[in-house]
Amino acid sequence: MEPIIEFENFTFKYRSQMEPTLRDINLKIYPGEKVLIIGPSGSGKSTLSNCINGLIPFSYEGDSTGTLKIEGKDPKNLGIFGLSKMVGTVLQDTDGQFIGLTVAEDIAFVLENDCMAQEEMFRKVDDVAETVEVKELLHHAPSEMSGGQKQRVSMAGVMIDDVDILLFDEPLANLDPATGKKAIALIDRIQKEQKKTIVIIEHRLEDVLYKDVDRIVVVGEGTIVADMKPDDLLAGNILKEQGIREPLYVTALKHAGCTIAAEDHPQHVETMNFEPYRAQVREWFETTKIPQKQEAEEKVLNVDHLHFSYQPGKAILSDISFDVKKGEMISIVGKNGAGKTTLSNLICGFLEPSNGKIELNGKDISPLSVKERGEHIGIVMQNPNQMISKPMIYEEVALGLMVRGVPEEEIRERVYETLKICGLYQFRNWPVSALSFGQKKRVTIASILVMKPEILILDEPTAGQDYRHYTEIMEFLKTINETQGTTIIMITHDMHLMLEYTNRAIVVADGQLLTIDTPAKVLTDETITAPAYLKQTSLYEMAVKCGIEDPSQFVQRFINYERAVR
Amino acid sequence: MAKLLTYEQKDTWMDRLCGVTKLIYFLAWSITSMLTYDTRVLAVMLVLSLILFKISKTEWKQVGSIFKFIMFFLVINVLAIFIFAPDQGTKIYGTKHVLWQLSAHYPITAEQLFYELNIILKYFTIIPAVFIFVVTTNPSEFAASLNRIGISYNIGYAVAIALRYIPDVQDDFHKIKNAQEARGIEMSGKAKLMSRIKSTASIIFPLIFTSIGRIDTISNAMELRGYGKYKKRTWYMGRKLQRNDYLCIALVLGFAVVALVITYHDGSRFYNPFV
Repeated sequence: MEPIIEFENFTFKYRSQMEPTLRDINLKIYPGEKVLIIGPSGSGKSTLSNCINGLIPFSYEGDSTGTLKIEGKDPKNLGIFGLSKMVGTVLQDTDGQFIGLTVAEDIAFVLENDCMAQEEMFRKVDDVAETVEVKELLHHAPSEMSGGQKQRVSMAGVMIDDVDILLFDEPLANLDPATGKKAIALIDRIQKEQKKTIVIIEHRLEDVLYKDVDRIVVVGEGTIVADMKPDDLLAGNILKEQGIREPLYVTALKHAGCTIAAEDHPQHVETMNFEPYRAQVREWFETTKIPQKQEAEEKVLNVDHLHFSYQPGKAILSDISFDVKKGEMISIVGKNGAGKTTLSNLICGFLEPSNGKIELNGKDISPLSVKERGEHIGIVMQNPNQMISKPMIYEEVALGLMVRGVPEEEIRERVYETLKICGLYQFRNWPVSALSFGQKKRVTIASILVMKPEILILDEPTAGQDYRHYTEIMEFLKTINETQGTTIIMITHDMHLMLEYTNRAIVVADGQLLTIDTPAKVLTDETITAPAYLKQTSLYEMAVKCGIEDPSQFVQRFINYERAVR
Repeated sequence: MAKLLTYEQKDTWMDRLCGVTKLIYFLAWSITSMLTYDTRVLAVMLVLSLILFKISKTEWKQVGSIFKFIMFFLVINVLAIFIFAPDQGTKIYGTKHVLWQLSAHYPITAEQLFYELNIILKYFTIIPAVFIFVVTTNPSEFAASLNRIGISYNIGYAVAIALRYIPDVQDDFHKIKNAQEARGIEMSGKAKLMSRIKSTASIIFPLIFTSIGRIDTISNAMELRGYGKYKKRTWYMGRKLQRNDYLCIALVLGFAVVALVITYHDGSRFYNPFV
């Protein structure tokens, strides 16, 4: 069989860069295959996908050597429009790629550009909307839809053109765990029903492996490091070497000292044969101790019977009560639109509760203005670009103190001190624009920390970050938490973050507080994960399969072990 | 949150008209109203405007704050005319009936008041037309009909896509404003005007940077899906001109011609009740 995508000794260098981003790529993808391309940020995996869909060389210019063939043809001769007839791309940003004012128009976009007659368009849009289950949403505007729904619309928008290859660029980045699972299932169904070739670029390996993939291609520093079956890849050590997160159960097996054999099919936790590893895992479980942790008892924040609604009768949040202990790292989790952000907006004073109160150190904070609260409770937005308003790093970090009229001497002292804590001191005279995304994130955290807040609220601190950057940001937050004693509240749908870095999780679903408990308990309890759109951790399944009676205890010990070895 | 000045689907015959029809109505109406100073014509137009506005089922929350904004300008406009040209009415109508001598240079004359009444009438005939046009026209359908009358689809699509992103940008704006307020940048009425203007910059720059990111994504997404492939394109939301459209266009143009004939037949744009 002829490959549908074929790279041969392919090298590519962006015009603005000195070094090639892709070097000597040899890759064949055959019709009907489902291939996962993984690699850390900056490894070249996005460049690889841009070569396939034609953004390279038609939107991003550069020089290439070697050959690339899509369906046996050179993309350069096809042009980006010719290529778009063969390759359909679903981009990462579910919101940004939504072009039409309504679902139907967005799906029809490519047909409109092809000058198709209106009646035929109506028919085709109906058909494809049926396939991705958005038929009842056809006349909705993007603002009325969830991230998962928008993503399905984007899929419909490229499938309608009857392309042979579907390319997904980080399809899971903006979705909550349960919605992500649904997206992977839909991709799988489309591949099977319509015999498409599927290429998925993603770094959340475990989530993609929810359904079978034929091959995994690992990209590292511009070259292909591995191209093998999932079972073989998971049995080896390549992932760890490349800084990619392995599925949790694989990590756990390795912690227990097991050597994983590809014959036991480690691709899915559900179907893996745990028999050979049982004894070893159980022994590890018995010998791993949980350290006695001393719980701080002092409450820093107390939320008491909080209600909120925009219109009477339509509660966004109802009867939320919890407290946060001093020096705690705690997460707020739950599906998109469950009210997590509303909750943080209420705490910061951007919104007024309809009922109930919030206390900071035992005092009601309702009389405090947003600015006054900002001195005690700092908030860091998801996207650093949403916060940075000064060209220079020093000015940006100093801003909060400047507007409060702090004397210049003191500002300098405090800014320098904060920059040192955040590892940005050597950049103090740099422009913000020269920094990477992760560094910008640090600048925004520094600009809040400089005000010495007691509580730091972070909205999705690690969204869209690969494992290395994730670890970097989270370890940094942990250091702040430990050295400065800052209480840290994180709004997230990253279950790894919640497991690895927080001691308690506040679970919100449909405006109600479901529970507050340790992440290990939350993520092993189906009665909580299902309504909150979370996903049971694979460690649970593994513990059950290995005959461990108390799976949440197993998860807890795994976390403690992880924290100790990190 | 009220969606200001955005299209909302309503089940009216007006809603079902083509965008082009509404554009022609809007242009013909505005031009007629701007040209004529004939109070009788303006009065008729005002009544018709209000009736049409009623038929369009436009809600106050869709247009309320813009209306207040326009009223603010109306007041400034009317006062400015009086301050800079208190004799304008006398010049136009040729008579002078002083009602009240405010000061040596500022007599209040019946002519001046009548002239300014005409200005106010003009505002009130155009405002409903603007509102009707904006809130009853589906932007995609409008883009389609502009294209149909021969205007490049790039222009229509630019308008449609701007409208698509207005809610997103508003959303960004609120988020950024909140975050900056929490950092201590006062945006409320408590702060002095100068410092408020300064602190606007701390919202504008982040807003621009996030928007630039959006533009990059959207242009890639459009290109990947074949935008700009041909000189022409078709429209999912496109509508052909129907009998009602032709009827409305004829009526509107007919009205405009009659109104202008009445206005100009005696050689002056002004209706003069003083002689």
